[in-house]
Amino acid sequence: MDIVINLVVAFLPILTAIIVGSILERNHFKSIRERENMFINLPCIPSKNIEDKPIMHSELVYGSTVVSLDYFKRFLAGLRNIVGGRVRSYEGMVDRGRREAILRMKAKCKGANAIINFRMETSTISKTGRGGARKIGCIEVIAYGTAITYSKDE
Amino acid sequence: MILTNIDSVPGKEIVEHYGLVSGSTVRAKHVGRDIMASLKNIVGGELKGYTELLNDSRQEAMKRMISQAEELGANAIINIRFSTSSVAQGAAELYAYGTAIKITGVE
Repeated sequence: MDIVINLVVAFLPILTAIIVGSILERNHFKSIRERENMFINLPCIPSKNIEDKPIMHSELVYGSTVVSLDYFKRFLAGLRNIVGGRVRSYEGMVDRGRREAILRMKAKCKGANAIINFRMETSTISKTGRGGARKIGCIEVIAYGTAITYSKDE
Repeated sequence: MILTNIDSVPGKEIVEHYGLVSGSTVRAKHVGRDIMASLKNIVGGELKGYTELLNDSRQEAMKRMISQAEELGANAIINIRFSTSSVAQGAAELYAYGTAIKITGVE
């Protein structure tokens, strides 16, 4: 009986991480999809070429976010590193961060017609602990571009 | 001050060019925030404390860039780029740079 209790206590943080982490991730993806539908009419173009229309207003907009992975997935990714191949858990994290950053950028310019010269940058801001082990493996994503509004008198 | 990251200000004409202006800031993480972030790190997801910290620092870097441009007498900055790098353990450098110019039609 004691062994069982000890095991449960030992695995409790991991179990909480799995359950809470996956619920949070699912909710986050749901809200991302909802907001992406809201901004479906605001295109985000990585080139400088724009339609030949007079532009009334242009301004710099940016959005950023810091995301990290849950404890259990980080452990899985560590295992994955031994054999190599696709690391799905990290793919999910990066996807979440990018889409969230884009949405935050779009939320700052609701009246605009388009965002041009869109750029995105990702950087790791991890802290290395004892023995080179990564204590906090998180990434920062920043998305920025120029929001333009066409003049209406046409 | 007009800020864009394309190489002109649409609808305006560039009359003078002042060269590169930049602003940077190095921020270390707060101990309290660090503890909160490590707790949040167990379940994963967004680390709000860090997002806020980096946003504040980026605004500071932009403010420095803008004041540098104002000193030169510019009224717009074009071609703005951002970059982030971790310079030391637990500290991040945020850097913003662009080209300061003077345009017509803005006082």
